[in-house]
Amino acid sequence: MPPRFAQFKLVLLGESAVGKSSLVLRFVKDQFDDFRESTIGAAFLTQTISLDDQTTVKFEIWDTAGQERYKSLAPMYYRNANCAVVVYDITQASSLDKAKQWVKELQRQANENIIIALAGNKLDLVTAQPDKRAISTADAEAYAREAGLLFFETSAKTSENVRELFTSIAKKLPLDQAGPRNPRSGGRGGVELRPETPSQNNGPCAC
Amino acid sequence: MDEIAPEYDVVVMGTGLTECVLSGVLSVKGKKVLHIDRNDHYGAEAASVNIEALFKKYGNYSKGEEPWKKYGRVNDWNIDLVPKLLMSSGELTNILVSTDVTRYLEFKQVAGSYVQQGNGAKATVAKVPSTAGEALRSSLMGIFEKRRMKSFIEWVGTFNEADTATHYGLNIRTCSMKEVYDKFGLEAGTRDFIGHAMALYQTDSYINEKGGAVEAIQRIHLYGTSVSRYGKSPYIYPLYGLGELPQGFARLSAIYGGTYMLNTNIDEIIYEGTKAVGIKATMQDRGGEEPMKFTTKCKKILADPSYFPGKVQVTGHVLKAICILNHPLAGTDNSDSAQLIIPQSQVGRKNDIYIAVVSSAHSVCPKGYYIAIVSTIAETTANHHLELAPGFERLGKIEEKFMGPPIPLYEPLESGVNDNIFISKSYDATSHFETTTDDVKDIYRRAEGHDLVVEGLREGTNLVGDNE
Repeated sequence: MPPRFAQFKLVLLGESAVGKSSLVLRFVKDQFDDFRESTIGAAFLTQTISLDDQTTVKFEIWDTAGQERYKSLAPMYYRNANCAVVVYDITQASSLDKAKQWVKELQRQANENIIIALAGNKLDLVTAQPDKRAISTADAEAYAREAGLLFFETSAKTSENVRELFTSIAKKLPLDQAGPRNPRSGGRGGVELRPETPSQNNGPCAC
Repeated sequence: MDEIAPEYDVVVMGTGLTECVLSGVLSVKGKKVLHIDRNDHYGAEAASVNIEALFKKYGNYSKGEEPWKKYGRVNDWNIDLVPKLLMSSGELTNILVSTDVTRYLEFKQVAGSYVQQGNGAKATVAKVPSTAGEALRSSLMGIFEKRRMKSFIEWVGTFNEADTATHYGLNIRTCSMKEVYDKFGLEAGTRDFIGHAMALYQTDSYINEKGGAVEAIQRIHLYGTSVSRYGKSPYIYPLYGLGELPQGFARLSAIYGGTYMLNTNIDEIIYEGTKAVGIKATMQDRGGEEPMKFTTKCKKILADPSYFPGKVQVTGHVLKAICILNHPLAGTDNSDSAQLIIPQSQVGRKNDIYIAVVSSAHSVCPKGYYIAIVSTIAETTANHHLELAPGFERLGKIEEKFMGPPIPLYEPLESGVNDNIFISKSYDATSHFETTTDDVKDIYRRAEGHDLVVEGLREGTNLVGDNE
């Protein structure tokens, strides 16, 4: 079988301060910062996962850039998203309700077959102090099962389950039909313009 | 809900393209921006809407009917309210590239640029030649005229304002475009398509302007370089419609710390003496929560004309009809998209008529449909439908036509220096965004006191975890 490489757009959702950006920074850069301010400038990240020797999945990760704070996310955010991570804070009871609203919003705005994962973040806080937990694993899991979501409790701080979360999304994505959404192989600069007649067959030739 | 900051450098009102580009640029430059729109969506006058919203906006159906239902899924439609295209070498493209907003958007070429000659039954539509080679093949000119046009195009290509040797013996500082046309011996019909379909002037007033030749030549040059950048036409267009552009720049602003609030009404502008120093506003909640009232200070306000009706004047009216077709435009080689310009003199008008066509190739409608927008500047106070009639003639069978009253064009009465309120102009009737970016630069200069430099806008800015 030839090596497979697929690229997918992943969007993050959830209430402010539940750790959306921290999860991504842990996943992409293996970093964590205790005193991160609200999202500034972590808005376009990519990370690659190898599922096996033959299969590589590249996530193009969109952060909300804080536009969810006053319910001002643009349709562009949801456009062509293949997968989403909806994050709540297991120490804040209301954050799961907000997460449920975001799941509904995704089902309304995004592609029908979007893969959604629910992530209960800040697991490290309850490991240290179990009485801080406000949402039981069983309750969240039951909701996730009912709504057809992948489910993990995570800690961006200790990195627990972070990689597992993204890997399980990668495994669920339809690799075979993954037309790379917007291949930006060239990196920065240049209008990524697709000519009217795609010149797939007459790229740089080997002659 | 988070607290609103007690003070912002800039409060921006309206999420049209002009305002969003300014928000994006100011945020990149480290300004603290609060961006508000009274609507529940981005784009203001420059939004793209779905077909249900379009029917509801124009109200052209009977109560109880749901005419949009026969056009497939409403969300497959992204219909622009402002008919414009991007020049592929134009300033908006430069801003998109230098800010990296291109990474949120996908662009596609517009397949062709066409011009009409003659009118009524004798009207013909032909591709606008942009290279010497195309000039020689063009059906717009006779054999001798083609050669004259070829030498004109070649001359424009070598023209350099600073180098008198390239000025063909003309005194370029005082020279009018008429003198240039005379020098090359170009015929009236050729002047018509050069001036209107290449230099994209909407009237003939440019022809006799003393010293106006340089600008005209630069416009023709921009047309030529835009065509040569990607091949078929000078225009590019974002997938999912022009409404993606303000969204992209709003995202840029947000990434650099800009705060976004849709669905928010401005209740009051707070003044100290003559100067605006803050706002009172209310964010409506769509989820049934209580509206959130807040007050914040700001050093300046940027706004579209609709937020300050007392501080703007009307300079003209645009006529516009959005038409849904199920076939391409006749005479455009079945192009999935096109711009067709009907120069004013061909149909006895003072202002050109523009037709912009996009289709499912640009993800703005389901397969098999075409969206054609016919527009011009109003020359009468009635008979608006008649003014657009030469445009409708080009469209053939029309499935739906959305045409409202003439749209007023506003511009600010003052520069904003006296009251700290910097107001943009309405989107004009030109076919592209060059005047929009002129306005962006003009507002930036008025508000910031220096010129906006587009090149390298993001250089030196440090983004958390920006890894591409």
